[in-house]
Amino acid sequence: MIEARGLTKHYGAKVAVDGLSFDVRPGVVTGFLGPNGSGKSTTMRMIMGLDAPTRGTVTVNGRRVGDLRWPLREVGALLEARAFHPGRTARAHLTMLAQTNRLPTRRVDDLLELVGLSAVADQRAGKFSLGMGQRLGIAAALLGDPGALLFDEPVNGLDPDGIRWVRHLLRGLAAEGRTIFVSSHLMSEMSLTADEVVIIGRGRLIEQVAIGDLLARSAHQFVRVRSPQAGALSDALEREGAAIVLEDDGSLSVRGLDATAVGEVAATLGATLHELSPQSASLEEAFMELTDSSVDYRGATTSPTPTEAP
Amino acid sequence: MTELLAAARATLVRHGGAGHGLRFGLLLVVVLVVAAVVLIQRQRRKDRTTMEVASPTAASGDGGPTVAVVGLGEPIPSGHYHFKDLLRSEWTKLRTVRSTAWTLLITVVLGLGISAVATAETRSHWASTPAFQHVGFDPTATSLIGIFVAQFAVGALGVLAMSSEYSTGTIRATFSAAPSRLRVLAAKLLVFGVLAVVFAEAVSFASFFLGQALLTSPATHATLSSPGALRAVVGAGLFVAALGLLAMGLATMMRFTAAALSAFVGILLIAPLIVQALPTSLSQDIRRFLPDRIGATILTTTGSNPFAFSPWVGLGVLALYVVGVNVVGAVLLVRRDA
Ligand SMILES: Nc1ncnc2c1ncn2[C@@H]1O[C@H](COP(=O)(O)OP(=O)(O)OP(=O)(O)O)[C@@H](O)[C@H]1O
Ligand SMILES: [Mg+2]
Repeated sequence: MIEARGLTKHYGAKVAVDGLSFDVRPGVVTGFLGPNGSGKSTTMRMIMGLDAPTRGTVTVNGRRVGDLRWPLREVGALLEARAFHPGRTARAHLTMLAQTNRLPTRRVDDLLELVGLSAVADQRAGKFSLGMGQRLGIAAALLGDPGALLFDEPVNGLDPDGIRWVRHLLRGLAAEGRTIFVSSHLMSEMSLTADEVVIIGRGRLIEQVAIGDLLARSAHQFVRVRSPQAGALSDALEREGAAIVLEDDGSLSVRGLDATAVGEVAATLGATLHELSPQSASLEEAFMELTDSSVDYRGATTSPTPTEAP
Repeated sequence: MTELLAAARATLVRHGGAGHGLRFGLLLVVVLVVAAVVLIQRQRRKDRTTMEVASPTAASGDGGPTVAVVGLGEPIPSGHYHFKDLLRSEWTKLRTVRSTAWTLLITVVLGLGISAVATAETRSHWASTPAFQHVGFDPTATSLIGIFVAQFAVGALGVLAMSSEYSTGTIRATFSAAPSRLRVLAAKLLVFGVLAVVFAEAVSFASFFLGQALLTSPATHATLSSPGALRAVVGAGLFVAALGLLAMGLATMMRFTAAALSAFVGILLIAPLIVQALPTSLSQDIRRFLPDRIGATILTTTGSNPFAFSPWVGLGVLALYVVGVNVVGAVLLVRRDA
């Protein structure tokens, strides 16, 4: 169990995390979603006691990480890729960590085996590929068999095989009853891995919600209509209280009325319809909508293009 | 430092140019390097034979629904992580990076090599130098010049042991596993300090004995019971180890390898030059506080410099610097985000 209460971090004038409160429960994978620069990594560093909160508290199993008696045995973290000395072997890196918490040497071998690095255990980690480095980081996090685990963008830079491996690993760890907190800026990845998401923007909590609820809420959000009489039709629909967006391809995106109602309005008008289809915004769009007002750094094009419901 | 080297150079010049002594010294350096490289290679081969042969894709190609995690199979023990766990970890850190072996190797090579060159050279030209020039000859200091030069290698090791944790990001893993930063710092200082003292003393004694053995009759040589000799040999090792700890403290303060190394070298080489540029009365008073003069005084067994602390007082002053820098480092370490 990880509990954050009013967690705030200022870096000089910059407010990186702003009054964040959330709970991460055991037994499920909790995603931590937010655009770039929204404060995910900062929050994770504060959970681990590496950065001191300006205000607020965060505890793991009811204690600050700094007060844990055997930190590695209670909480493990993968905070950044390649956080190891390039001249040290994978085995030496894990060994020196294991020793701090009096973990048996065989534990190092077990984890090298688990993450598939046994064959390169005695090679210098500086030669490792990005994926191998990520595995070494994961092995370090799992070293003490901890009940709580933090992963900051664990699939960054991994190939599809590696991504699948991490996904299964996270689900497996949660199934064993552990508390799993994993950050990402990709909702699509989270929808496959997480049961629940904590969504933040500009360091503030936007909401904490079950993935299922988020999916249900975003389903059938609008109706796409194509008609030669688009102008008249959109006037009529607006009179019925719908919000209309004229898309670049000439179609209308209608919100506030369902497909049946739109069809009836069109029939009354005698308008020809070339398309009338309920659309579901993808999770990615739901996420973008939620964080829209809180994106720090955005590219030039920001309007999301709708996609077909699966 | 600079002044001692100048003295050594003068000794060499006084006793003539390069002779068979120089050749002997260089040969010794080469032999030592080869021996050390062979040792390192053999150790590495031994490490490699313990390598396991499992395919790294064995666990990665997993297509199943979950990945079973090997449990530790033991409950969380009572008590808490202990200082001795941190000592063990720091020792592992220190011995599992190459820079440690290399810097220690350089310490040996410089310590013994320069000592051999300086003493053998003196001996080979002893007969051809006028007797009055033999009067001020300090066999102890001459044999210890090498370890005195090796201070840079030990300092680099002290810097790297700390700064590399920051440059590589290892510090986050370290503090996640052991959040008590002061204890981690204490463990690091203790482990490195013990290694530095033991090693520097060993090299210091070895270069003393080597140097004296090369100063065969008619050249005068010293024994450990000669006035000031034991103090100089023991003091030289302590001096170099203290500089290593000073370097580590600078790295804790500054975190960046380049910054800490520059500061360390600056204190030893640049500070004396700056002080020298001051008016003489002032410069001599300040100079006694600089580590290079403290070190030179520790090595010297003949005559005494009025503008220097006595050897043990000097070592005490240096110890104060070490404590001061490390206290500042510790305060910053605790206050700053990792
Ligand atoms: N050490 C620091 N000093 C100053 N500013 C910082 C520091 N760390 C983070 N920030 C700022 O705080 C904000 C949050 O950064 P953070 O790295 O936590 O975001 P993030 O959600 O992890 O982003 P990303 O998805 O890109 O990893 C950013 O604006 C960043 O520039
Ligand atoms: Mg981040």
